[in-house]
Amino acid sequence: MEIVVLLKQVADTEARVAPTADGLGVSTGDAKKIINPYDEFAVEEALRIKQQLGGSVTILSAGDDKAAEAIRTALAMGADKGVLVNDPAVMASDGLGRAKILAAALKTMAFDLVLAGLRAVDDDSHLVGPAVAELLGIPHVGGVLEVTVENGSVFCLRAADSGQARVKAMLPALLSAQKGLNTPRYASMIGIMQAKKKPLQTLSLADIGISPDSVGPNAAKTITKAFMPLPQRAAGRMIEGGTAQEKAANLAKALKNEAKVI
Amino acid sequence: MDYDLNREQEMIRDAVRSFAEKKIAPIAPELDENEEFSADLTRQMGEIGLFGMFVSEKYGGQQLDYVSYAIAVEEVARIDGSQAATVAAGNSLGIGPIYYFGSEEQKKKYLPKLCSGQYLWGFGLTEPEAGSDAGGSQTTAVQDGDDWIINGSKIFITNAASDISLGVTVQAKSGTRQNGKPEYTCFLVEHGTKGFTARPMKKKMMWRASNTAELFFDGVRVPKSAILGNQGDGFRQMLQTLDGGRLSIGAMGLGGAQGAYELALKYARSRKQFGQPISKFQAIAFKLADCAMEIECARNLLYKACWLRDKKRAFEKEASMAKLYCSEVMGRVANHAVQIHGGYGLMKEYSVERFYRDQKLLDIGEGTSEIQRIVISRHIGC
Repeated sequence: MEIVVLLKQVADTEARVAPTADGLGVSTGDAKKIINPYDEFAVEEALRIKQQLGGSVTILSAGDDKAAEAIRTALAMGADKGVLVNDPAVMASDGLGRAKILAAALKTMAFDLVLAGLRAVDDDSHLVGPAVAELLGIPHVGGVLEVTVENGSVFCLRAADSGQARVKAMLPALLSAQKGLNTPRYASMIGIMQAKKKPLQTLSLADIGISPDSVGPNAAKTITKAFMPLPQRAAGRMIEGGTAQEKAANLAKALKNEAKVI
Repeated sequence: MDYDLNREQEMIRDAVRSFAEKKIAPIAPELDENEEFSADLTRQMGEIGLFGMFVSEKYGGQQLDYVSYAIAVEEVARIDGSQAATVAAGNSLGIGPIYYFGSEEQKKKYLPKLCSGQYLWGFGLTEPEAGSDAGGSQTTAVQDGDDWIINGSKIFITNAASDISLGVTVQAKSGTRQNGKPEYTCFLVEHGTKGFTARPMKKKMMWRASNTAELFFDGVRVPKSAILGNQGDGFRQMLQTLDGGRLSIGAMGLGGAQGAYELALKYARSRKQFGQPISKFQAIAFKLADCAMEIECARNLLYKACWLRDKKRAFEKEASMAKLYCSEVMGRVANHAVQIHGGYGLMKEYSVERFYRDQKLLDIGEGTSEIQRIVISRHIGC
């Protein structure tokens, strides 16, 4: 079972983010970088499937130099090897551009199953997983909560609009992981030391046969016009009243007449 | 000169920090309140590799350097002193002596179990009548044919009376040297050996979720193969073990100081009085500035002592300095942190009071602050 996990490095979910001065980007300051939490579920699931069925787990990421750290962390969790497509065009690409890059890289690799996160917590486009599957012409099951691989097929439980669905897909397939799929393991000390010796290959766009014009800012299908900060939260209001009863009455009045929620 | 940690050391910090925040922080207040040692949490700490950190992979260890070890202990202590105590004592006092002085047979027998975190081992040195004066210990070991008979008692022994405690290393007076001074030998005594009792000590002010024991040896018979290293090596083994142990206590002080400081800074930025966050008042801001500065100094001193050890250079003086300084820094920082919290700092709901209590041990355990000053003063030629 050859499993490839698509992994994105993102700023720590607790980082303070703000629009850049020109409003066209987002600054995360010197925030720590982490594995996108949804991709961490994908890594964990890949390791569990490998534990059960054997084979190997490859981590594939498109990013900059720093993204190698996220790959190393996944290797420390137990993945076997890493591949980083490192090119300035990657960071300037939109979701579709990134999907093209990842799909092209996957075409150079052998795989039975591709796992991705349902969404990246920075851009939040929910796009890359399904787009990669489309570009590769393989089935995609989104938002999986349970995964079982059996006889060349994968059986998934996925979150549907108002319930859950059981879905079977033929391999090779791409699954995107929803929160609740599993609890990712911690990298152990021994895992961290072993990760040092595991292969991490860096590829350029040329290596995977992508011309720089087909991705990057000029090829982007979506253009961000401006980032805006969240509106400041208005101050809360204390309900006045001499006694508890009076306060409760005033609160009920406010909820009915002003907020109009009751 | 290079102040950067290497990539693995950074990853170890991230991994242990994340584990401590998610797995230890939520239950630390309750374990402290109930004075409860958690074997389950100890096993989880074992799974991520917090035991046997400097031990060779051959015996199930993680084969890390001492800087990495200090970072790991620091990160646990940043969240909880009790769990850091279980880890620090487990490594330095439980695993350390067996790893450094044990026979191949002893290492193979005990280390894989201890490095997994499934079992713990104690180090029996302190006695009711022999604290700083470790040379005055009264526990005796008398040879009887091929066996040795141990009699005496030990007190304040970490990790020695839990459900997962496998045994203890006990230092006993085994004879008299030619120069008239007592000869000491360390023995490995397993739980279940006839005449050996370990009793948990309760009603502690600090480290309430760590296991502390009182040990009784009543005619305990052990074979010659239970001797750690060679007969007569006990005093030297004890001194070497304590040198390494000082690095762990230093790491506990550093991590505890960092944890208390972060709580205080967070509180000071959110608590408003007189219309502004109290962190804007110089009386509070200067306290926090002092904390940040002292923690920085403490970290540099401790990492240097660990680095010296990793380079196989003399580190005893620096280990003493780091133990003493980091402990005292945590004392000052925890004191400021409670003060900054005001009345809330006295309530259990805010973890800062736990840091304040847990700190006090660091001035006392593994050589009191006074003993550290003696060690340092001897090193500088007083």
